[in-house]
Amino acid sequence: MAIEILMPALSPTMEEGTLAKWLKKEGDEVKSGDILAEIETDKATMEFEAVDEGIMGKILVAEGTQGVAVNTPIAVLVEEGEDADAAPAPKAEAKAEAKPAEAKTPETEAPKKDEGAQPGKSAIEEVKTPQPAPRSPDWPEGTKMKTMTVREALREAMTEEMERDETVFLMGEEVGEYEGAYKITQGMLAKFGHRRVVDTPISEMGFAGIGTGAALAGLRPIVEFMTFNFAMQGIDHIINSAAKTLYMSGGQMGCPIVFRGPNGAAARVGAQHSQDYAAWYSAIPGLKVVMPYSAADAKGLMKQAIRDNNPVIFLENEILYGRSFEVPDLPDFTIPFGKANTVRAGDDVTLVSFGIGVAHALEAAAKLAEEGIEAEVIDLRTLRPLDYDAILTSVKRTNRCVTVEEGFPVGAIGNHISAYLMENAFDYLDAPVICCTGKDVPMPYAANLEKHALITPAEIVEAVKKVTYK
Amino acid sequence: MAKKPSPISEAPSNVSKDELLQYYRDMLLIRRFEEKAGQLYGMGLIGGFCHLYIGQEAVVVGLEACAKEGDKRITSYRDHGHMLACGMEARGVMAELTGREDGYSKGKGGSMHMFSREKHFYGGHGIVAAQVPLGAGLAFADKYLGNDNVTFTYFGDGAANQGQVYETYNMAELWDLPVIFVIENNQYAMGMSVSRSTKSKTFFDRGEAFGIPGEQVDGMDVLAVKAAGEKAVAHCRAGKGPYILEVMTYRYRGHSMSDPAKYRTREEVQKMRDERDPIENIRDLLLTGSHATDEELKALDKEIKEIVNDSAEFAKNSPEPALEELWTDIYADELPQGSAEEHA
Repeated sequence: MAIEILMPALSPTMEEGTLAKWLKKEGDEVKSGDILAEIETDKATMEFEAVDEGIMGKILVAEGTQGVAVNTPIAVLVEEGEDADAAPAPKAEAKAEAKPAEAKTPETEAPKKDEGAQPGKSAIEEVKTPQPAPRSPDWPEGTKMKTMTVREALREAMTEEMERDETVFLMGEEVGEYEGAYKITQGMLAKFGHRRVVDTPISEMGFAGIGTGAALAGLRPIVEFMTFNFAMQGIDHIINSAAKTLYMSGGQMGCPIVFRGPNGAAARVGAQHSQDYAAWYSAIPGLKVVMPYSAADAKGLMKQAIRDNNPVIFLENEILYGRSFEVPDLPDFTIPFGKANTVRAGDDVTLVSFGIGVAHALEAAAKLAEEGIEAEVIDLRTLRPLDYDAILTSVKRTNRCVTVEEGFPVGAIGNHISAYLMENAFDYLDAPVICCTGKDVPMPYAANLEKHALITPAEIVEAVKKVTYK
Repeated sequence: MAKKPSPISEAPSNVSKDELLQYYRDMLLIRRFEEKAGQLYGMGLIGGFCHLYIGQEAVVVGLEACAKEGDKRITSYRDHGHMLACGMEARGVMAELTGREDGYSKGKGGSMHMFSREKHFYGGHGIVAAQVPLGAGLAFADKYLGNDNVTFTYFGDGAANQGQVYETYNMAELWDLPVIFVIENNQYAMGMSVSRSTKSKTFFDRGEAFGIPGEQVDGMDVLAVKAAGEKAVAHCRAGKGPYILEVMTYRYRGHSMSDPAKYRTREEVQKMRDERDPIENIRDLLLTGSHATDEELKALDKEIKEIVNDSAEFAKNSPEPALEELWTDIYADELPQGSAEEHA
């Protein structure tokens, strides 16, 4: 009986990959555990092992093919003497209409329909990430643009700054030999050597402290946390040692350091690997907090962060790493902190967001436009300093505001903005500010529950309708 | 490696009279300064936490004798002695204790948080053991820059039970960082004696698993501390990586000013003072070796007393920091978010 071999998902966020190389050719005997092919994911090149035994009957996807979707049949395995062409392969099981039992959700939150609720698929992977159309771009008109992923933008920013300044170095888990758990630092060890690209053992508290000490002594470390969830082990040094020392020393001991890494929910990785720390770090005087959405912002703000004389928390997003945007092709492109970006103009409501929240806000704005509601979308880009003026100016015009973020609802950035608007624009508001956030629950693993724990464009649309009384 | 402390009978021949006088002077300055600080605390001029170094003077004075220009030091919140020993001004330290604008941190740091770029003193840290990876980071910078400076990283027997110490040991040895881990074992982590906090009674050998050499030293004998320090410094400067010194010492006062020290007997403290006092030991050496006369030492005592009294007067008279200082030094080179101006 012929068996279809399907393109495997080899990382939590992999949606498609490149079939880099076949290691078995048609007619070869295949034993369980044999390496069939090399597959390039968004993170690494992985070996793909056989599970079943048989003869390689037919290769359906030639090596070198890019963009092969997960679960696409890539080859057919046959039994001895069986004809691959004659034996019609069975439908892939994963593609079968196997529907899990309808999950029970509380009456109040029961969605009318679960659009695209594919079992096993994380909703966050399907987030659309449109190119922002800033009202006033950070680069001169007519600048040549290039398309690059957020991942490439971050790498390019760090590389340029390390070339520019000898005191800048990179340290963290798997940043060197492994080339980055998320491939952000790919090629950097080869370029800069072990002195400047330092692989650390799994000791977050230790290397957060060592990095901070090196910064106090005048170097400019970039400390990568494999994710910000792991930075919890070293948070004492970020806050007590890095953020407060300048003040405690009466201005003598600056700490120019960047703590960076992915933050917020990835796909299906559970509660301990899915938390947005934006509000936590933004609460601390002495820290600067950056959370970019687009690749251009990731690049310009990362370069700025490395040059800043203060500790900077740079919150990246795993889902955004692989997304492509237009980036200005300039030799030395930086974006100042504290300058929000109006990424969509509109008069009816102001949506304030940052990081991946901007993608949700833009998608909601597009849906609202279909119904005749024009939303202005402000991407804060940096949370400390925060561009209060940009929010205030917009809200004074639209008279309505909805904030959008992935983090927990209590003590959210949106709460702060809402309070700020109440104090400073009370007479301009035609409706209470609504804070759209992630739900007040630890992130669940099950795909359907995870989807409902995250902030969605539909919730933003609903909130906008509330504040516009539509 | 561990040896039982014994009273000092005579100075080694390679120690000069000038050196002995210097150690005596430096230790006495710390002692008198701390006594004065305790007094000012009692008068309400110093607030919050105030951890005195009385009894432990030989540790930092012995090690500072091994330092050269460019070497760095970092310690915990029991830090006044370290500051005076590395040459920071008594006036500036005392004014910081009273929270005044002429203090090393303009009054914004207090007893536990003082720094000096000029003297390469990196604080003054209030989170137990946080200074250990920070100290290794200072050493990382020196190695990165390719100089032969070393960093003295001081911490106590209490801090030695924090996990980050061992993360740091591992990385310091892995990367051959020029850092000397000085464990000031004063036998009490606040109120918990070493025998109650750890099964193993020694700390100098806790780097063995990582390959870091270590030794135990009599911390009531400034010459022994200096001799061990020189060995450690030579090891580090030669690029051989970190070194651990467990310096056996004793604090006469409570953990902080508010500690009644009920966890030990009055007799235990008195015995240490009578038999092992580091300053009395050196005084005896100076006198028995005919390096100094009683009159000379009395004159020195008087001089020290004047420096300390002057620092106290200075600290009392220095004004409190201007209210604008609330909003400065939060960010380098700029005004902070939510500054006075913005909210005016």
